Amino acid sequence: MSPMIRVENLVKRFGRTTALDRVGFAVEAGTVVGVLGPNGAGKTTMVRVLATLLRPDEGLVRVGGLDVTREPARVRALLGLTGQYASVDGDLTGTENLVLFGRLLGLSRPAARDRAADLLERFELGTAAARPASTYSGGMRRRLDLAASLVGAPRVLCLDEPTTGLDPHVRRELWQVVRELVAEGVTVLLTTQYLEEADRLADRVTVFDAGRVVADGTPDELKRRVGGRTVQVRPALSQDVDATARVLGRLTGATPARDHGTGLLTAPAADPMVLSALVRKLDQAGLAVAELGLRLPSLDEVFLALTGKPAGPDLPAARDGSAG
Amino acid sequence: MSGRVAPTEAVRHGLILAGRGVRKLRRNPEHLVDVTVQPLLFLVMFGFLFGGAIAGSPGAYLRDLVPGLMVPSVLMATLSAGVGLNSDAGSGVFDRFRSMPIARSAPLTGVVLAGAVRYVVAIAVLLAAGAAFGYRVGTGPVAVLAAAAILVVAGLCFCWITVFLGMVLRDRDAVQGTAVALFMPMVFASNVFVPEATMPGWLRAFSGVNPVSLLAGTVRGLLNGGAVAVPLAGALAWSAGVLGVFFPLAIRAYHRRVG
Repeated sequence: MSPMIRVENLVKRFGRTTALDRVGFAVEAGTVVGVLGPNGAGKTTMVRVLATLLRPDEGLVRVGGLDVTREPARVRALLGLTGQYASVDGDLTGTENLVLFGRLLGLSRPAARDRAADLLERFELGTAAARPASTYSGGMRRRLDLAASLVGAPRVLCLDEPTTGLDPHVRRELWQVVRELVAEGVTVLLTTQYLEEADRLADRVTVFDAGRVVADGTPDELKRRVGGRTVQVRPALSQDVDATARVLGRLTGATPARDHGTGLLTAPAADPMVLSALVRKLDQAGLAVAELGLRLPSLDEVFLALTGKPAGPDLPAARDGSAG
Repeated sequence: MSGRVAPTEAVRHGLILAGRGVRKLRRNPEHLVDVTVQPLLFLVMFGFLFGGAIAGSPGAYLRDLVPGLMVPSVLMATLSAGVGLNSDAGSGVFDRFRSMPIARSAPLTGVVLAGAVRYVVAIAVLLAAGAAFGYRVGTGPVAVLAAAAILVVAGLCFCWITVFLGMVLRDRDAVQGTAVALFMPMVFASNVFVPEATMPGWLRAFSGVNPVSLLAGTVRGLLNGGAVAVPLAGALAWSAGVLGVFFPLAIRAYHRRVG
């Protein structure tokens, strides 16, 4: 089956700046791809090309098998967009906004009203439906924005930093909505600066840096690519730390790193079987354990290794549109 | 086929977005100041301050002023199309419209058509306020409707100037300033406030071909009774000319600006 989104050798320039430099990736239908990268990496440009708001200079971009340059109107019919900035009309109420978009998409007035009511209910905006969108809180506005993207029941949803600046609990609510949509078969491309978001939501992650794709894979693959797996063990009793470290050292053939504060011991674990062996040995030696596990590096570490920059939730949320 | 939206659909999209514009107006009545308070101020200021000096008495002056003032009021009301599009073009909701399978021109058509509502408001306000101050239409309702229709058509033609400015100039202040600088001389060097007979020759010549004078002459003829054909022909020629020049310019600038 051909992928729902296919991007090959995509180049987009703004004057002398190359915002996207031979970008390529593919997204299978019904999956979530997370586009991860620092500000200015080209994430927003990528989304705007997919949403037919920008024309690519070179390369191939297909959504649902349709070329975005040749058949933009048909691509628009497939795709819903939630931009970084509220793309609803603040003067209109929640209902009026959604009815407007429904009417534009060809729904009759009653059908547009029904659709609006359903979506507002689903996004828990029912009580705010009759209020102008400008009075909504940040989280409510994002939800309305997402609802607006869904009026046309798109098969592909592009979310540009959907949770930037949201409270953690609102963010989690939004994640839940995205998961539900994916369960219904929607293909989602979301850009984010939050590694946790990509880790939680995305089936695959494409890491952008300076307009290029620097890595592409499942979150686990990326973690594995960057750093080795480690085994970690924390003895239940502090006097057991030395004995436990000796057992761990013999098994892994390396001197375990030791956190003197917590007593946590860490050693490389090339073979995942080391974990069951460790359990047996510790049991035989009568050493009780408070914490034991295999650990992949976090996406933060992956990100740092791939781009040379720390991940950016703390970076200022400047628009990376025109510059890239 | 692929990239095109059928013309009937494009019109439907434009009308739906015009509905959005009207709804926004209802929600922000202060956006109607230029077609309510402003014409009233002009009416009171000119009618009572200068009426006696210009026409002998405010009452006699109102006969020319009320219909005449409709023209600058509609002309100034065309500013909102350019200013509105200028601020809309950078907004997120505009991106949403553009990412939807609707006619590319629809947001533009919507703003332009919503402007017609403002022109009607300006005309109605002047008719009502004029009546309150003692102005009486000398003809009948058909003539009033005809005058309103001509003013709305002229407004819809002249608004493409402001749409063009809105798409080539950077911010709304620049659009506002440029359009006012362009329209003010047209408004004051016309027969709206003073009879052409009092002007020096060169100014009279300018006023004679000024679309504002021609439109004012048409509206006066229709509302007070009198010859209409000559100024109407001139006014329509101007409207068609402005549309012919600025519609393509505005469309080109619009596509360049918003893709």
